[in-house]
Amino acid sequence: MSASSGIPKQVEELLTTHRRSFLKTAGLLLVSFTARADAPTQADPAVPYPDPDFRQLDSWIVIHDDNTATFYVGKTDCGQGTGTSFRQLMSDELDIAFNRTTCIMGSTDNTVDQGGSGGSTAMERDSWPMRRAAAEARRALLEMASTRLAAPVDQLAVSNGVISVAASPSKRVTYGELIAGKKFNVALTGPNVNAVTGLAKVKSVQELKSTGQSPQRDDIPAKVDGSLKWAVDVKLPGMVHARNVKPPFACAKLTGIDEASIRSLPGFIKIVSKGNYVAVVCEREEQAIRAARQLKTTWEKRATAPFPASEKLFDYMRAATPTSAANPVVSGNPDAAFASAAKIVEAEYEVPFQGHTAFAGAHATADPSNGQMTVYSNDMKSYGMRNGIATFLGMPREKVRVVWMQGPQGYGRTAADDAGCEAAWIAREIGRPVRVQWMRDEETAWDTKGPAFLVKIRGGLDAAGRLVAYDYHARSCDYNHVGYNEPDTVLIAQLMGSRRARPATGSSATPSEMYAIPNRRMVGEVVGLPMVWETPLRTGNLRDPNGPQSTFAAESFIDELAAAAKTDPLEFRMKLLKGATNDDAGFRRARSIAVFDAVAKAYGWDPRPSPKAPEKGTIATGRGIAYSFRGQTVVAQIADVEVNRQTGHVWAKRLVCAHDCGLVVNPQSLHRTLECAMLHGLSRAIHEEVRFDTEKITSVDWMSHPTLRHADTPERIDIVLVNGDPNPNRPDLPPYGAGEAALKPMLAAIANAIYDATGVRIRRVPFRDDRVLAALKAARG
Amino acid sequence: MSKITLKVNGSTHALDIEPATPLLYILRNDLGLQGPRFGCGLGQCGACTVIINGAAVRSCILPASSVKSEITTLEGLSSNGKLHPLQQAWIDEQVPQCGFCQNGQIMTAKALLDKNPHPTDAQIRETMNTTLCRCMTYYRVQTAIKRAAKTVADAESIPAKEVVA
Repeated sequence: MSASSGIPKQVEELLTTHRRSFLKTAGLLLVSFTARADAPTQADPAVPYPDPDFRQLDSWIVIHDDNTATFYVGKTDCGQGTGTSFRQLMSDELDIAFNRTTCIMGSTDNTVDQGGSGGSTAMERDSWPMRRAAAEARRALLEMASTRLAAPVDQLAVSNGVISVAASPSKRVTYGELIAGKKFNVALTGPNVNAVTGLAKVKSVQELKSTGQSPQRDDIPAKVDGSLKWAVDVKLPGMVHARNVKPPFACAKLTGIDEASIRSLPGFIKIVSKGNYVAVVCEREEQAIRAARQLKTTWEKRATAPFPASEKLFDYMRAATPTSAANPVVSGNPDAAFASAAKIVEAEYEVPFQGHTAFAGAHATADPSNGQMTVYSNDMKSYGMRNGIATFLGMPREKVRVVWMQGPQGYGRTAADDAGCEAAWIAREIGRPVRVQWMRDEETAWDTKGPAFLVKIRGGLDAAGRLVAYDYHARSCDYNHVGYNEPDTVLIAQLMGSRRARPATGSSATPSEMYAIPNRRMVGEVVGLPMVWETPLRTGNLRDPNGPQSTFAAESFIDELAAAAKTDPLEFRMKLLKGATNDDAGFRRARSIAVFDAVAKAYGWDPRPSPKAPEKGTIATGRGIAYSFRGQTVVAQIADVEVNRQTGHVWAKRLVCAHDCGLVVNPQSLHRTLECAMLHGLSRAIHEEVRFDTEKITSVDWMSHPTLRHADTPERIDIVLVNGDPNPNRPDLPPYGAGEAALKPMLAAIANAIYDATGVRIRRVPFRDDRVLAALKAARG
Repeated sequence: MSKITLKVNGSTHALDIEPATPLLYILRNDLGLQGPRFGCGLGQCGACTVIINGAAVRSCILPASSVKSEITTLEGLSSNGKLHPLQQAWIDEQVPQCGFCQNGQIMTAKALLDKNPHPTDAQIRETMNTTLCRCMTYYRVQTAIKRAAKTVADAESIPAKEVVA
């Protein structure tokens, strides 16, 4: 089972291991899918698609007769290499070499439901049941060997899948010889998949061998030699192609479809439509694209504008009535502290809607054979997609399965959710397998957005320049936030008329820092747009939802306070961190101090207040620092920027990051993930903004919605993996999340560096050339 | 419909197609070459890049019937089962995150190195600038291009040493 065999691993498993019968919940091996168009098609009598039982060891691990192991996990890998890391942890627990293992991920009838991906939980939460299952497999194998070798378990030794009698090493048996082709038939216990366990204990960190090493990611070779089959590559016998015809403006009502406008086009099969949802189906892909573009449809506008234009968004948010009551979090006596403060600083920050804008349009292929539904998707939550599609179509869930395959980046609730339901609905309508893909303009305009934020902060300094009062007030535009694979909020459902009686409340965010501020008030409110259904301005989770927005405001403001106190911004933060001694179970305060020390050392920080002394010339240079935590992961970053005074262009020349996410499973893979998350933050800092007029989104491609490019790339990136546990009495620091935290402080680090370079504070994201230039000009007067 | 002949990665294919069909769909759906991928359909991102006459070309906006020269796709870079130095550098540097854009990154870099085996950092940035990545692997892509350039240069210097010996 080489990674480059060209067949998705989970499908190859289906073809080679009789997986479904192995799982016992189904009868014969039945395969309906092939990645190769030349392979014979097989009849696929309907049998229920199973839910692999997480309380059965056999659902997690299969040992083959060549003494290799396959791990089955209910996760998806969005490109951070989690699959490789799961193999490292599980092979360590099983006591088998990493290179004798493979990992199958995320297909609903093959792997237990661990929810797919999300929330940076891969190592932090979901690796634990995998480790416990692997440890239990090792225990079960030792018991079998004890019988086979006629020696008590405590006199056996295990090394790389071979069990021997410690005193007589020639008496040995391999895992493969003990169990190949048979089942463990070992029950696990636990109330849910996260808590499932066997009798065996997991190893201590000191006993792990592969964990902490950097084996190369197993998915990369097939991604660079062209052999990987992605979700976009699925080809099924009789498969046809569909493209959507989106409403030309938000909340539009479909009043007519002129089928004659495309009926004579080559390959035309059918227009499928219900409510305001329209798609065109053709034999070939390029035919569907052409027909969808050429189809004449008529639409009616709503009487009222669905949203304000993007340049009026923050005025609208300022004036809007919150959709739910704010619950201030108050400590100390902020009003009294402000009243006696020597200096009060106040600022307001704006972060616009920013999109996923996945590199390729959302897509899925659905096969309706035999009254069942198989959906091939890159959706990071394949299990939720299965349930969502079953409900949306009104099909029993045992007739629906989702096969997860690789796709363009998935950092939250992407439009892959929407495309899955669309493909399934169209496939049932036409009774043939169908492949759906969104075009560039659909993806950029209609994918879900991270909510816009308006944050007002006030701070009071005492005569000694200490922060004694703090008032934080955030407003996010997030009402009717769509969840993952919800059958009633997925876009096709909305277009077909689905409405929730009570739209999701959405969420706001308060700062994620450990600063000791004696008097604080923090409020997070949510507002909504005038229209929240059938609109492309719909919000959903985007990598660290709300974190980059609130951290941009909070960490910019701390910098403004440090400048007002004429104090070095690192020193100002350190004083706030050291102003208290309490800490939580994860030592987040101590670890926050440690990442600041590490980032300052790696950068070579010399203390001085911001801004630096003015320089002559076109290019102004400066440095900025920012920090935050996400869960128990703490991260501090420093950016060096060059600001071109004549063009307003900002280039981050050097980025430095100190990151502590506890136990590191694969340092190289973590390093790459952090590098890219930082640059994602940089892209959101200097480029990304969803723009719209009062009826439609005008960001529709890579020209109207710029993203980071090669020319923006820093000259140098330094990453320090801190991972220091300050408690000498606790040897094992567990792994925490790492997929999102490194994005979080970057926007503020860049803003703070621009201030350091120019003395001009930019409080509006993104720091586009024109905006920076205007601010520089305004400052010059 | 019209009959055309395409030569791709050393093989010749006779096809009967709508002349305006972009090359991308012929490669992916008729010839089973799925290294090039749809990213934007507008020639803006590079996901669909192939090499024709030594140039990195966007196959999503190129009518298949207009192609007269041989096409090289990602699948055609390796020879005799050995990866191209760029592909090996991509593995050695562990470049991809999701990997969806990497066809464009690798093929654009190939055309660059074929013309200019020793590009400066500025030349790399300029040539690669219209090849996008939404996982933001740019820093590592640039590192890998320099690594591959060095690998090729080192390999070419070996025969000279042998002559001296």
